[in-house]
Amino acid sequence: MTDAATKAGAPKAGAPDAAELRRRTQELLAAQPPATTDRLDFLKARFDAGLAWVHYPEGLGGLGAPRSLQAVVDAELEAAGAPDNDPRRIGIGLGMAAPTILGFGTEEQKSRFLRPLWVGEEVWCQLFSEPGAGSDLAALGTRAVRDGDDWVVNGQKVWTSSAHLARWAILIARTDPDVPKHRGITYFICDMTDPGVEVRPLRQVTGEAEFNEVFLTDVRIPDAHRLGEIGDGWRVAQTTLMNERVSIGGMRIPREGGMIGPVSKTWRERPELRTNDLHQRLLKLWVEAEVARLTGERLRQQLVAGQPGPEGSGMKLAFARLNQEISGLEVELLGEEGLLYEDWTMRRPELVDFVGRDAGYRYLRSKGNSIEGGTTEVLLNIVAERVLGLPSEPRTDKDVAWKDLAR
Amino acid sequence: MTAQPTQSTQPDLLYSEEEDALRAAVRDLLTDHCDAAGVIARAESDAPHDRELWKALGESMGLAGLLVPESSGGQGATHREAAVVLEELGRAVAPVPYLTSAVVATEALLACEGDEAAKLLSALASGRTIGALAVALSTAPGAPVKSVRHEEGALHGELTGIADASAADVLLVPAQDGGLYAVDAAAVTITPQVSLDLTRPLATVAFDGAPARRLTSDAAQAVRRALRAGAGLLASEQLGLADWCLAETVRHLKDRKQFNRPVGGFQALKHRLAHLWLEVVNARAAARNAADALSTASPDTDVAVAVAQAYAAPVAVHAAEEALQLHGGIGMTWEHPVHLYLKRAKADSLVYGSAGAHREALAELVDLPAPL
Repeated sequence: MTDAATKAGAPKAGAPDAAELRRRTQELLAAQPPATTDRLDFLKARFDAGLAWVHYPEGLGGLGAPRSLQAVVDAELEAAGAPDNDPRRIGIGLGMAAPTILGFGTEEQKSRFLRPLWVGEEVWCQLFSEPGAGSDLAALGTRAVRDGDDWVVNGQKVWTSSAHLARWAILIARTDPDVPKHRGITYFICDMTDPGVEVRPLRQVTGEAEFNEVFLTDVRIPDAHRLGEIGDGWRVAQTTLMNERVSIGGMRIPREGGMIGPVSKTWRERPELRTNDLHQRLLKLWVEAEVARLTGERLRQQLVAGQPGPEGSGMKLAFARLNQEISGLEVELLGEEGLLYEDWTMRRPELVDFVGRDAGYRYLRSKGNSIEGGTTEVLLNIVAERVLGLPSEPRTDKDVAWKDLAR
Repeated sequence: MTAQPTQSTQPDLLYSEEEDALRAAVRDLLTDHCDAAGVIARAESDAPHDRELWKALGESMGLAGLLVPESSGGQGATHREAAVVLEELGRAVAPVPYLTSAVVATEALLACEGDEAAKLLSALASGRTIGALAVALSTAPGAPVKSVRHEEGALHGELTGIADASAADVLLVPAQDGGLYAVDAAAVTITPQVSLDLTRPLATVAFDGAPARRLTSDAAQAVRRALRAGAGLLASEQLGLADWCLAETVRHLKDRKQFNRPVGGFQALKHRLAHLWLEVVNARAAARNAADALSTASPDTDVAVAVAQAYAAPVAVHAAEEALQLHGGIGMTWEHPVHLYLKRAKADSLVYGSAGAHREALAELVDLPAPL
């Protein structure tokens, strides 16, 4: 983990222990009874009591306590029927923007942005990927040019979830085209209400539009909204991306908890669909899904024991392939029904559930699992190089100015 | 049958500090006393088992008695520790009858009652006596077993495919009357079979009126228990085999240069090895889960064992096949040890039930029944 997350995760001397956190949680519940308190007021009070994310510093929603003790607070609050901040709706803010702001933001930025982010008043999105910069994110071409106290930004971003709901975005843009690509990037906080920001839905193979294209035309960003040093944006972005990976895989999943669940249910309920071929394939995938679940559980136990292993790098690879194979099998199992699709209407889902909707949707949506958050091909390289220590790919792009790269 | 079996307790899938220390001790012993060249040379000799290694492992280190309670002369440890030992033995393709004597025969005796069984149990736990269950090595837990005729205190008949029989002092033999009997190896004719796995050789056992002591009247239950533990812990041996194959292949490909660069830098090979790494990571979770379920007598044990075997068996084979291919011509020689791993892994994929047999067992266990 990089500096921001480590700093946030390291307990300070004199930090509250589990008993103290329990006491403070009960104090909050007594002062703001959930049954009679407005949801947002309760969340703000929780943030101000340092019980939002206990590993964050005091004054910023935390108490400098060990990250693992958050579970103590959450359990007390859940038992008391307290509202939560609907973390799935604000996942990008919580998982990516917040740790980056904490790690690299100024004091003004931290106190301005973290509270409305955590309570969900302000939704965040991430302006990273571009049509010409996918796996090679560092090749991005969105330009930011200094103009007085502002930066003027022009370019196009893509695969942006929540852009149409977001108040703010974390943005990386090119501020120096004359140096090699990793060195000329700067990290900004972008106001999504700026008139130069245009959000267009990006329709995908499922028929709906979870994501957006974002066109930036002469967008003005005050220099006070820069995160980190000029030209240091790539390093800052590593914190964002590292936290994206940490936030995946912390959950305990029950047997048949993922994509294997719906197909197993259909198999049990509809014996007329069964064939010998499908049976063999289903059992094989069931075993693989169960083993992947166990690997996830083992990884979780390693993290709890403070011995994180490299296994996490492989989890996404396994789930992408399994989701695709299992949902493909499910479409076949359905026979005549497998030829139908629930609804092609262009919709804008607020929450995405890979295991939701019908088999056809699951099959099509899971195709994205081996592309989003790092393609399978790039992740295999990462495993081979960083885990197994095999030689890295021959590079021709490291010492060339960004403006001279092939495109 | 419930649609989604619930686990009463969460399995512990990690290694404890004591288990890590045990691994280190076994690995040290094997590094010093079980090198590949020695295993290859021994494989074709008249004595394919390494008696000295067995003595050090089973007797001096006391590992033959891990599964036996201290009150019966054992170490009173669990399947979790035995699994760690098997990982290391798999990594070294060690030619010792640990799985067959210290796990399978021992588990069969643990299912029996009476003085004879207790006496044999502590003899096996000491490591000074080697036992073998006289059931064909390819038998899945719960599958029908071949048995011999019991008449007036003696056995008559012939059994084939008995692993490590040529090293055994005593055989545990199912008879047609439903009982399980102890027979001294000296009282039967043991004929080695030319085996695919040179390090775990099979033999035929001929009974021509061999004197037999009855251990239990319920052989089926004892054999089932023994084979279930064997299948569950075999996954750890397969994990060790696969882990060696992966590590050795990665080492070789960093070292080997062709086209003026390390062969391991070619993306086609990097991706194959990354896939294999992922399989080994998964196999570890599955093997630990089975060992933990066996050690806690979890109600989920049947599922955990079947999942572990259905998954780990093909992974070990895949790892050994990749190791041979990616070593190129070197991997095809008798001199390089990779063939020992391939032969063990392929044989293991049939041992105590194939992956397919375990998947079929799962169909019933997790309520995913076959077409009508």
